[in-house]
Amino acid sequence: MKGFGIIKGLGVTLKHIYDTYAEDIKAGRKRYYTKEGVLQRRTTDTKGIFTVNYPEERLAVPENFRFVPFLVYEDEDGEKVPRCTACGICSKVCPSQCIWITRAVDQETGKPLKTPAEFYIDIDLCMNCGYCAEHCPFDAIKMDHDYELANYDRTQNNIHDKERLLKPASYYAEIRPGYYAMEQKAKAEEEAKRAARRRPRE
Amino acid sequence: MNEETKVLESFETAVLERFPDWVTPDEREGYQGLLVDPANLIDLMSSLRDELGYDHLTSLTGVDYLPDEKMEVVYHLVKSTGGPILEIKTQLPRSNPVAPSLVGLYPGAAFQEREAWDLLGIKFDGHPNLKRILMWEGFAGHPLRKDWVEAYHGEEKKPYDDRWPEGKARKIEADNPYRENVSYPEGFNPETWIPDTQELLFEGSQRFQLDDDLETEQLVVNLGPQHPSTHGVFRMVAKLEGETVVDLEPVMGYLHRNHEKIGEKNTFAMNMPYTDRLDYFCSMSNNFGYALTVEKLLGENYQPPERAQYIRVIMAELTRVLNHFMAIGFFLNDLGAYFTPALYTIKERELILDIFEAVAGSRMMCNYYRFGGVVRDLPEGMEEHIRKLVYERLPRQIDELDRYLVENEIVVARGRGVGVLTPEQAIGLSAAGPVLRASGVPYDIRRADPYSIYDRFDFDVAVRYHGDVYDRFLIRYDEIRQSIRILQQAIDGIPKGEVLANKKAYKYKMPKGEAYGRVEGPKGELGYYVVSDGTDNPWRYHVRAPSFINLTGLKQMCLGEKVADLVAILGSIDIVLGEVDR
Amino acid sequence: MPDEINVPDYNIPPELEGTIAITTLDRIYNWGRRYSVWPMFFGLACCAIEMIATAGARFDLARFGMEIMRPSPRQCDLMIVSGTVTKKMIPQVVRLYNQMPEPKYVLSMGACACGGGPFKRGYNVISGVDKYIPVDVYVPGCPPTPQALLFGLMKIQEKIDKQSIKEVSWYQKEEDPGIPVPILGPDLIDPRDFPELMARINKEDQA
Repeated sequence: MKGFGIIKGLGVTLKHIYDTYAEDIKAGRKRYYTKEGVLQRRTTDTKGIFTVNYPEERLAVPENFRFVPFLVYEDEDGEKVPRCTACGICSKVCPSQCIWITRAVDQETGKPLKTPAEFYIDIDLCMNCGYCAEHCPFDAIKMDHDYELANYDRTQNNIHDKERLLKPASYYAEIRPGYYAMEQKAKAEEEAKRAARRRPRE
Repeated sequence: MNEETKVLESFETAVLERFPDWVTPDEREGYQGLLVDPANLIDLMSSLRDELGYDHLTSLTGVDYLPDEKMEVVYHLVKSTGGPILEIKTQLPRSNPVAPSLVGLYPGAAFQEREAWDLLGIKFDGHPNLKRILMWEGFAGHPLRKDWVEAYHGEEKKPYDDRWPEGKARKIEADNPYRENVSYPEGFNPETWIPDTQELLFEGSQRFQLDDDLETEQLVVNLGPQHPSTHGVFRMVAKLEGETVVDLEPVMGYLHRNHEKIGEKNTFAMNMPYTDRLDYFCSMSNNFGYALTVEKLLGENYQPPERAQYIRVIMAELTRVLNHFMAIGFFLNDLGAYFTPALYTIKERELILDIFEAVAGSRMMCNYYRFGGVVRDLPEGMEEHIRKLVYERLPRQIDELDRYLVENEIVVARGRGVGVLTPEQAIGLSAAGPVLRASGVPYDIRRADPYSIYDRFDFDVAVRYHGDVYDRFLIRYDEIRQSIRILQQAIDGIPKGEVLANKKAYKYKMPKGEAYGRVEGPKGELGYYVVSDGTDNPWRYHVRAPSFINLTGLKQMCLGEKVADLVAILGSIDIVLGEVDR
Repeated sequence: MPDEINVPDYNIPPELEGTIAITTLDRIYNWGRRYSVWPMFFGLACCAIEMIATAGARFDLARFGMEIMRPSPRQCDLMIVSGTVTKKMIPQVVRLYNQMPEPKYVLSMGACACGGGPFKRGYNVISGVDKYIPVDVYVPGCPPTPQALLFGLMKIQEKIDKQSIKEVSWYQKEEDPGIPVPILGPDLIDPRDFPELMARINKEDQA
């Protein structure tokens, strides 16, 4: 019959409308503006169409999510000590070459120090590929979760200097708890191994 | 030596024995294939096509061997009945590189030869329309030549030296005398310059006699580059007679991002995230192809472990599902069902993107494959999630989408019998993927020349026989269903274990040589041709982009159709401009 | 709604609360504009897909009154430059911008549109669309997620809120001459560069 195909299709549309509202009514207030609600809505069981009401509620990003990189620092008595040793691996692997590092130099001896004097990332070049974080041997550079970087002037805001890049290790532990725990464990093991190796010599 | 190379060798010897006067084996270190003198090229190719059945010219590209003062044209041929690739090369003097054009034998060479002319300056004798294709007419120089330098040319190779240990953030613009990334040839005078207004494209509009008593005018209609139905910045110039298309000229290059030139400056590993941006719907498939190609170069030690193989297949098939969902949605957009079908398919796409985001870290630019495996294992609970998706959600959704659209009378009326491509035309025009299979040619690389672990799975090659818009629309449903079958088998069979064969590395010891790797991407055969000269950076890096080559057949499909169908036909090919223009 | 347009300094009698609002012309004008920004249906590259995803159900631009994507520049208020701008495309982009009626805003989405992105050194890539057309909001990221784009669009709304009817350029007497459209020569030629280019060529000739 002519027209039957269209009617069948419209039936699907109708079902979508029904599903959307029926789900909403069934779930009541729980569905919106709660973390569980958002999580539930993005599972494979969800029916109908749903919207995340950004900015009131946000879609949680997974642990692996990567946006622009940042540098991790350890807070030692209020002083920011970056984990970075200015080895330059990140700037070598970076596909878009958006990382500039100046190695600090000892003022008296003129020897290079294992810390960056300056560190820039041009996020106008950065392609969020995550190579820097992947290859950093010191877990010093990591990919951020903060995607709200829109601004009015790119010349002022889009070259991140060291000050802007440095974020505490506690922040890192917060956004990537799994990786943080793993790395801490590996570090502790290494430390223990080294201690064990040192002892017999004494 | 594994099975595959044995078969290939026997193929090559067969050709060698048959045409001993014309071909010699390529004996450079790490190279395969056969060398032929340009004078014998046409004869050889027609014999290969007509006598040995190599009827599908998959890829054609050029390489600039600057130290040897040579240009090389590389042809990859396959049989449309399946089997490995036959590689034919011909060498030309660099000062005057002229090769005979193959357009007469393989119409599918048309765009690829134009691209080789545009980017490398290789002339093709006998090509009917040898114009620039990606850059504009009047552009100075051939950018992929090794001695051509771009405006922001600082250093030859990445990584650049000014980044470390004394790097100061600065804009490269400051270095260029003409600023803003432009460079003019010597003696250029802007006052006397007459811009090319692309008059040639618009030369129609002449009076002519349709029949004895009716005098009509041809009309040239320009669609794009800013047009909602061209899927990006694509342009079609159609010459109409009444409403009927009598000629059509696709114009592209509006998104030409110099992928290959940048790829030759990058190290091998750096190219991986760039491949994400080729076909930005299917970054996983793009990664897959590139990883396979470089693994071919690297050799045995870089065979991915079992688990990685399964993850690779799962991700590539999820990509195919995602891409076809979007193709169906956008195709309906083009037919005028504005946004509701796309809305539903985007909804399903988001669920797959959630997986990619959790696994790879980014929704679209996954950068997940590495040489010898994948970068990290699936996060906890992901297998269960994928299992639920492929066993419950996706089959249900594809059935629903089937109910929703397939029998729709408008879709049928707009699609059936429109934009027909016969099997012979499709093969000749080097079409690949759904476009080829919708024309009744059951050619799927996963079956024809299996890679990775596809030979373990039980699935059918989706094929439809009419070659019209409607069949190209339907074949996407079939392929989604087959992909779901593969996904179900893969998720059931996935073993535990390592995911990367070797240690994480950013530098690889690349042997000299060349490799051509190909995968069945969602849009067709995605091939990479990589030449390594033993350094960290590839000497040549070429992408055989399925969308680009499928467009060769666009004119053939559109001739004689109504202007309103242009949009539907283009939608049914399913192009992505990032891949067309690269 | 009245809360949103109310000028905070005025005390409204309790019995009229919620029914009347005291506002300024600027405020009500901007309030109307901020919820009816129509973006152009104009995609360049990868970011365009994220833009479409933003228009999809999950992120839903309609909540901001921005769902009406118009393919014609004549009906648009906002140009989302979503992706890599190439030399071959920039004449069209500038022409589209010139064709948009005032008030118009430009949002440059993604690293490529902001500053060339990973393709910056390419021979056919513009290192930042702001070299040719004025950009109001930059959204970095490659590609920015839909939520990052929404954040950028909220920045546009904030910018609209701050504008005053007395000062906005489109009510001034001078006519906007538009931006000269670049020409495709042996390389891209920006007409604004002509004098400088000539001076440089003359200098080269003398030397």
